[in-house]
Parts: sequence; C-alpha cells; structure tokens
Amino acid sequence: MERVLMKGNEAVGEAAILSGCRYYFGYPITPQNELTAYMARRMPEVGGTFIQAESEIAAINMVYGASAAGERAMTSSSGPGISLKQEGISYLAGAELPCVYVNVMRGGPGLGNIAPAQSDYFQATRGGGHGDYRVIVLAPDSVQEMADLTMLGFYLADKYRNPAMILADALVGQMLEPMELRGPDFPELPPKSWAVGQMNGREQNLITSLFLGGDTLERHNLDLQRKYDSIQKDEVRWEGLLLDDADIAIVAYGMSARVARGAVIQGRARGLKIGLFRPITLWPFPSIMISRLVERVRCILVVEMSLGQMVEDVRLAVNGRCEVHLYARTGGGIPTCEEVLKRVERLL
Amino acid sequence: MGRVFRRPESFRDVRTEYCPGCGHGIIQRVIAEVVDEMGIRTRTIGLSPVGCAVYLDQYFNFDMVQPAHGRTPAVATGLKRVLPDHIIIGYEGDGGLTAIGIAEVIHAANRGENITMIFVNNAVYGMTGGQMAPTTLIGQKTTTTPMGRDSKRDGYPIRLCELLATVDGTAYLARTTVSSPRNVRKTKKAIRKAIEVQMEGLGFSMVEVLSPCPTNWGLTPVEAMKWIEEEMMTYFPLAELKSPNGRKP
Repeated sequence: MERVLMKGNEAVGEAAILSGCRYYFGYPITPQNELTAYMARRMPEVGGTFIQAESEIAAINMVYGASAAGERAMTSSSGPGISLKQEGISYLAGAELPCVYVNVMRGGPGLGNIAPAQSDYFQATRGGGHGDYRVIVLAPDSVQEMADLTMLGFYLADKYRNPAMILADALVGQMLEPMELRGPDFPELPPKSWAVGQMNGREQNLITSLFLGGDTLERHNLDLQRKYDSIQKDEVRWEGLLLDDADIAIVAYGMSARVARGAVIQGRARGLKIGLFRPITLWPFPSIMISRLVERVRCILVVEMSLGQMVEDVRLAVNGRCEVHLYARTGGGIPTCEEVLKRVERLL
Repeated sequence: MGRVFRRPESFRDVRTEYCPGCGHGIIQRVIAEVVDEMGIRTRTIGLSPVGCAVYLDQYFNFDMVQPAHGRTPAVATGLKRVLPDHIIIGYEGDGGLTAIGIAEVIHAANRGENITMIFVNNAVYGMTGGQMAPTTLIGQKTTTTPMGRDSKRDGYPIRLCELLATVDGTAYLARTTVSSPRNVRKTKKAIRKAIEVQMEGLGFSMVEVLSPCPTNWGLTPVEAMKWIEEEMMTYFPLAELKSPNGRKP
C-alpha cells in the first residue's frame, strides 16, 4: 500500500472522508486548525459540506442536525472549545445520535496554552457534560492511528448510536509521519431507520433527549446503561509491549505512551525488565487487563501529561493489590525517555 | 352538507398541555394547516423548542427533532444541509431566540440558511414561571422584575425582526399576532409565505408572532389579547419587514 507523509490532524480529516463523512462543522482553535483547513479544502472536492460555525456550540449542534438526518458528521476542537461542545454532546448521547468529535488537547485549565497536554482525560472519560452517560474515547499515539481510530470511531458511533471521541494532543495532531491511507474495513451496519426525513409511508420519527413523566427517563437511562455495558464488554482495545517478564509495567496512552515505548526499549537495552501497557480505548477502559497485570508485575508506573487523571482508573483496576506510581507532567511539559527511566530505576 | 372545519392531518388527535388563553395552540394549528394545504407533510421536519411547547413533537404529525435551548437554528442548519429538498420549520420562544440562542439565529440568518423560524414572542419565559425575557416591556412585572422592568438595570426590549432585517442573508421577515381572527389569518398568510421563500431557496425566513401568556401576565385570556394590541404592538409593530423583491405574495 502507498505510504504518504501526513500531519496527524489531516490524517483525521482524510480518514473521516474515507469513512463516508460528508458533513464537517468547525471553529478555529489551536492546535487543531489544520483539520478545519483540510476539511474546508477537501469537502467540496468530495461533494461534502464544510461550515465554519459561529461557535463550538453551534458546530456541535449542526452535527446534531446532520446526524439526526442520518448522515455521518464530525466536529473538532481543543480543550476550551470542547468544554463549549459538552452541552451538545450530552444531547447527542441522550438522543442516541452517532457522531465523531476530536479533541486535540492543549494545556489547561482556562485558556492555558497551546502546548501538548493530556489534561482533558477526566472530561473525556466521565462523559463531560450533564447527565448519566458515556462516550467512546479513542486515544491515538501516531499519525497512522489518528486515521485508523477515526475510522473505527465512525463505525462504533453508528454501531452503538453514540458519540465517539478522538482524544489526541498537540503533538500527534501536528507531527508529520509516513502512514498508509487504507480504507475502513468493518462489517455492514443496518440502515438508520430512526433518522428523520423521507417520511413517506411511515409514522413520525422523533429525535429527542426529553423523557418527561413517570419512570420514562429511568427506563431510557437503563437502556443506555445496557448499551454501555455491551460496549465495555466488546470494545476494549489496548496494546502491550514486553510485558511477559516485566517487573514494572508502565501504563500510558497517546503521546505519553510514545515516550514510554522509547523508555522501555532503552531500558531493556540496559537490562531493565520493564514493559508498556497502552490503553487505546480510554472509555471503555481496559480495567480487566490491567487487573491481570498485577499477577505478573511488581509495581505499575503511570506516565501521563496531566497531574494524576488516568492514574485513578489504573488504581481502581488494581484495587490496592500492587503499588501504582505516577510520573506526571503538566501545562505543556512533555516527559522524556530519560526522565521515565530515572523513575523506573528508582522503583526497581 | 360538506364538512368545512376539521383537524389538519399534520396535527395529531391529542390534547395539548397549554393553559387557557395561550397562543401556542393557535399558532401550531396554523402551521399544521399551512403544511397540509401546501401538501408537504411527508417532507417537513419540525424542531420543538425548550419551554411550554416542548411537547410540539407530540402534536405535529411529521418528523421532529428536539434541540437544546436556543440551538434550533444551528440544528436546523445541519438538517437542511443534509436534506435540502425538505422543509425545515424551527419553533422557538423569546428566551431561545433573543437571549441564549441569539448568536445561532443571527448566523443562520447571515448564512442565508433555507430554513423557516417561527418566533413566538410572549414577552416572558413561560415554562419556568414568568421570568423577564429580552422582549419583556419596560415596566412589565415578572418574577425577576418584581417592580417592573427598568431599562437602567435590565436594558431594553430587543426587536429581533428589525435586527435581522440588517442581515443580508434574510429573505423574509414578518411580525404578526394572533390577537384576533383577522390577525390569525394574517399570521397564516405570513407563515405560508415564509415556507414558500424557503422552498424557492431564497434564504432565511422568520415570522415573529406576538402571543398571549395570560397565566404569567396575570390577565384573563380576553385581557391578554387586549394587552398585545395596546401594549406589545406599540413597541413591536406588526409589519412585513423584508420580502423578496419581484415576488408575488
């Protein structure tokens, strides 16, 4: 297959088009602007629609409309804009509308900065908006995965009628890497008979997140929960590197995992018995697999570009059965292989 | 003898939830009649608002979408871009369109989106118990202006039609009311025209309807109709503010 050199943000855009997404609604914010510009150029070429919305709120609500009409739709932003989109995401989750949205994370809180960070892990994995819901969260660590996980995101979003999020960061979004643009290869999904439009010969279709009266909302939320349970059962994705004989497992995702991979390879060369566990789905979180790690390793070191967010999920999975340490950078600080190895040596 | 008055096919045989004397029922019936008469029911998509009319999707007998408060013009944009041959009718109140969603309506209008907004202006937030809206008149008492709206503290009533008339993407703008049978007929005519403008792809269309809220105004239904004509219409004059040139009405 032909290899091309692409920026991470652009790879997301091309993967969305390969997935059949013809509706993209954006709003400028660094560090995701390459994606907006890419869609502005590419969408007209493929007969699609690009709109620069008046705000992130408007953009996610345009997604709500396009998705209600049965089409694959996408929006993207970074932390401050994702905060604004949370209202719409909650409505999409409540109304069971599929969509893919991308967070190319920057440093927060507030306006923060535009450097790479993983500070939106809590917001991403806990739903983010109001109400009792979950979104599928996919965390790419390469330009190749920016494309592959975007395609997976569209498939899972449609399969479960649920928003799916690509949780990237400024590094993976802006770096150039060789990658293969292979099209999506997923089983066929049933037609979207729930979508509005083309009403001839059927009763009204209604897209709503309102369930007033009696126990209708409780029953709806329990239906959602059953859906989330099956996502948790069937859609967990992770990757392991040199874990079989490891004394210490590093757990990291996205760019932190990229750094940790380097640390593992360098550490092994020095005879350190370390391995890497990389969650690819942050929700559903690979809790069971991390729980099994405990039987093999002496302790776990979590590396993340946030001050102890994913480490909470690791500790929940481990449930006190081994020590879980944290090496965290924040506000745009990026861990280096040397720093990670220094922590590992201290723990051995 | 033939039957001359019946429930429109576009309005389901259900009981509405509105207070006695409310204007929502009249406006919604008028929309349903227009949709029937134009023969567009199966390619019409309505958007129900947040507020007293949130059950609109239970009344209208065509496909419906329920968006977040004020976001209707953005959701309608997404729908229309996917389904350009469908008729998209948004329905919102003064809170949704002139407060929380004013950015969405200005920009949908500015893009010239081929959608029709029905703007129900009753000068209060109805569902939440009668708080001040941006359209509340000076001196009008609400639960959040117990001594009356004071322009020094609360600003002035917003005239959305006049504001949108300055936006180039708007093709049709009218303000009507349902205070009398004659005005109801005018409202129906304006809504039909707005939908025709949408179907011809001429741009954004909106009909603002001054509508009674006797419950939150503390008036009887008859007094409420009179209040529209004597108070509201002096600040919000009825007019066809914008209509495509060279088109027959």
